[in-house]
Amino acid sequence: MRIFLLDKHIDKETATEWVLTLPSLSWLLIFFLVPTCIIFTYAFKPTDLDGGVGSGWTFSTIQILADPHYYLLIWHTFWLSALTTVICLALSLPIGFQLATVSKNMRRVLLLLIVVPFWTSFLIRIFAWKTVLHPDGILKRLLEALHLIDDQTTLLYHSASVLLVMVYAYLPFAVFPIYAAASKFNFQLIEAALDLGATQRQAFFKVFVPGIMKGILTAMVMVFIPAVGAYVIPDLVGGSSGEMVGNKIAQRTFAERNLPQASALSALLGVSILIPLLIVTWLPHRAKRAEVKVRNRETFP
Amino acid sequence: MLPPATEVAGFRAVNSMKESVVFEHVSKKFGNSFALDNVSLAIDKGEFFSILGPSGCGKTTLLRLLAGFESPDAGRIYLDGKDITDLPPNKRPINTVFQNYALFPHLSIWENIAFGLRIAKKSAQEIKSEVERMLILIQMTSHAHKKPDQISGGQKQRVAIARALVNHPQVLLLDEPLAALDLKLRQKMLLELDLIHDNVGITFVFVTHDQTEAMAVSDKIAILHKGKVEQIGKPIQIYEAPTSSFVADFIGDTNFLNGDVILKVQHDYSLIHVENFPNILCFNDKQLFKNDQVYLSIRPEKIHILRDKPPFNALHNQFAGIVDDMIYKGDHTHFGVRIEGHKISVTQQHSRFLLDEKPISWNDSVWIWWHADDGFMLERTSKSLL
Repeated sequence: MRIFLLDKHIDKETATEWVLTLPSLSWLLIFFLVPTCIIFTYAFKPTDLDGGVGSGWTFSTIQILADPHYYLLIWHTFWLSALTTVICLALSLPIGFQLATVSKNMRRVLLLLIVVPFWTSFLIRIFAWKTVLHPDGILKRLLEALHLIDDQTTLLYHSASVLLVMVYAYLPFAVFPIYAAASKFNFQLIEAALDLGATQRQAFFKVFVPGIMKGILTAMVMVFIPAVGAYVIPDLVGGSSGEMVGNKIAQRTFAERNLPQASALSALLGVSILIPLLIVTWLPHRAKRAEVKVRNRETFP
Repeated sequence: MLPPATEVAGFRAVNSMKESVVFEHVSKKFGNSFALDNVSLAIDKGEFFSILGPSGCGKTTLLRLLAGFESPDAGRIYLDGKDITDLPPNKRPINTVFQNYALFPHLSIWENIAFGLRIAKKSAQEIKSEVERMLILIQMTSHAHKKPDQISGGQKQRVAIARALVNHPQVLLLDEPLAALDLKLRQKMLLELDLIHDNVGITFVFVTHDQTEAMAVSDKIAILHKGKVEQIGKPIQIYEAPTSSFVADFIGDTNFLNGDVILKVQHDYSLIHVENFPNILCFNDKQLFKNDQVYLSIRPEKIHILRDKPPFNALHNQFAGIVDDMIYKGDHTHFGVRIEGHKISVTQQHSRFLLDEKPISWNDSVWIWWHADDGFMLERTSKSLL
C-alpha cells in the first residue's frame, strides 16, 4: 500500500516535471533542432538557378570546403576567437577577484558600469568603434600626436582591430560567470595560502584560479562560441584581412545566393565548436568518475 | 618529534631566550571601537597558550595580528626577539589552523599537506618524506588521495594541523579549531592536540571561547575582555585566584555578593558585611581595609550542604537556609539555597550516600558552610559586574 502510494507520488512528480519542461523543450525543438537539421540537409543539396535549393543530393558543396582557402579562414577564425577568449579571461580574472572582495556599495557601482554598455544597441557600439579607429578618428589622431604611430599606420581593417573590438564586446560575458564563481569562493583559502608562505600572486594562481574553475570554463564557452560565430564585428572593423567564417557565410547567403554552400560552412562551424565544447563538459565529468572509482576501490578492496 | 626549527625564513631562534611571542602595547581599531586596547603579553617558548574570552573580546584580532593578516594601529609584535610587526603573513614562521580548516578543496589531502613545502620549493624527495611522516602522525595515510569534502570534520581538523606543522613553524596558531566538532569528538581532538603539542614542542597559541577546553590543555591562559587583557596565568590561578570580577564570573560559576569590609580579624582575614546577609569571614590577600567596597566571590562547589548544623570552626562560615532550587545533573546536584535576601548556588558531588539517605529537596531546611580561604574578594572599583 505504501509502495503503491509512493509510486503514485513519483508519477505525479514526473508528470509535473514534463509539463514544466514542455515549453522550453518544444521551443528548442522548433527553433533550434529543426533549423540545425535543415542546415545540415542543405549542405548536401545542389543549388538551383534561382538562388534556391535544388532537388537531389550532392557532395560537391562539401568537397569545395577542402579548398585551402577555407582551411585558412577557419584557422584564422579559431585563432582570433581563442585569443579573444584568453585576453577576456586574463582581464576578467582580476576583475572578478576585485568585484568579489570590494565593499557592497562599490560592487554595486562596478557591476552597473559593466552593464551600462548593454543599454546601447550592440550594432551602434561596434559602429562607434569604427569611428574611433577610423583614419580621421580620435584614437588615430591622439596616437599620431603622441608620435606613437606614423600617419601611414591604419588602425582599422586589421585582425588586430577585430580582436580589440571582440574583446570589448565579449568581456562582460567572461566577467559575469567569473564574478559569480568568485562571489561563492571562500576567501579564507587565500589567507590560508599566504599563511603557508605563498605570495599574493601564488595564492591567486594556486588557490583562487582553481577554486573558480567552473566559472572559468563557463566564461570560456560564453566568449569562445559567440566569437567563432562573429559576423558584425569583422564585417564592420575587419575589412578583407580581418575576415572570419561568419563573413563568408553571409557572403554566400546574401551576395551569391548559394544557400547549400553557406549551410555547409555553417555545419562545419557548428561541428568544430561542438568538439571543444564536448571536451570542456566531458573533462570535469571524467574527473568525477575517476574519483568515484577511487572511492569504490577503497570501500570494496 | 620534529627537529627544532633553528632557522626559518631568515629568523634565528635564540635558544637562550624564554619568550617566543611578545605583544608590546598593541592596539587595533575597527572603525571607532577598539578590538584590542593597549595589549601587552608574553608567550614563552613551547608553551600551550590559550586566549580565552567571550565573542567580540578581540581574541581573533589578536591571532590575526600574530599571523600577519592585520597590522596593529599602535604597538609592536616580536617573535623570538625579532620585530615582526611589518612582516607579511608569508614571511612569518608562523602557521595557522583555521576555524573552518580552510583546506584547499581542489587538492587532495596529500597535496594540501604538501602545499607549504611546494611553495618553499623543497625537493620532491623531501616533500614526499615530510608529507608521509605527517600523514602517519595524524593517522591519515590511507586517506591521502581523498579530497577534503570526502573526509569527516575530525579528519579535516587533523589535516589542517598537519598542513600547518609540516612547515616547522615556530608558533602554531589555532583559531577555535574545535568549534565545528561535536562534543565527543571535541574532547578526543583536544587530547590529540595536547599530544601533538608534547610531540612537536613548539609554541601553540590557542584561541577559544570555551573555558573547559582552555583549562584542559593550556599551560597559561590569557583572559580577554573588551579588547583588554583581564588576567594572564596558569589555569589554576585563573580559576582559584581571579583578579577581577569579570574573570571570576567568566570562568566557572560563582556566587557574587556586594559587601564592605567592616573588620580585620587576625591579620589575614576580614569580616565582610553584606546587606541582608549574615557577616562573612573571608581570606584577605589583597590587604583591603575597613570600608573598602568589595565583591565577594565563592564558587558553588566549595560550599558544603548538610541537613544538620556542622560543628563549629572559627574559620568556617556557617549559615542556615531553605532550598529554593534543586537541579539534578547526574554527576552532581545544583542547589539554590535562600539565606535572608540572597540565593546562594551550591553544587554537591554525588557519592553513594544519595542512594541510602533521603536526598535534600525543595523547601528543606539546610545548613551550608565554606572555609574562609575558599571565598575571595575582588575590588569593587569602577569595574561593573556583568
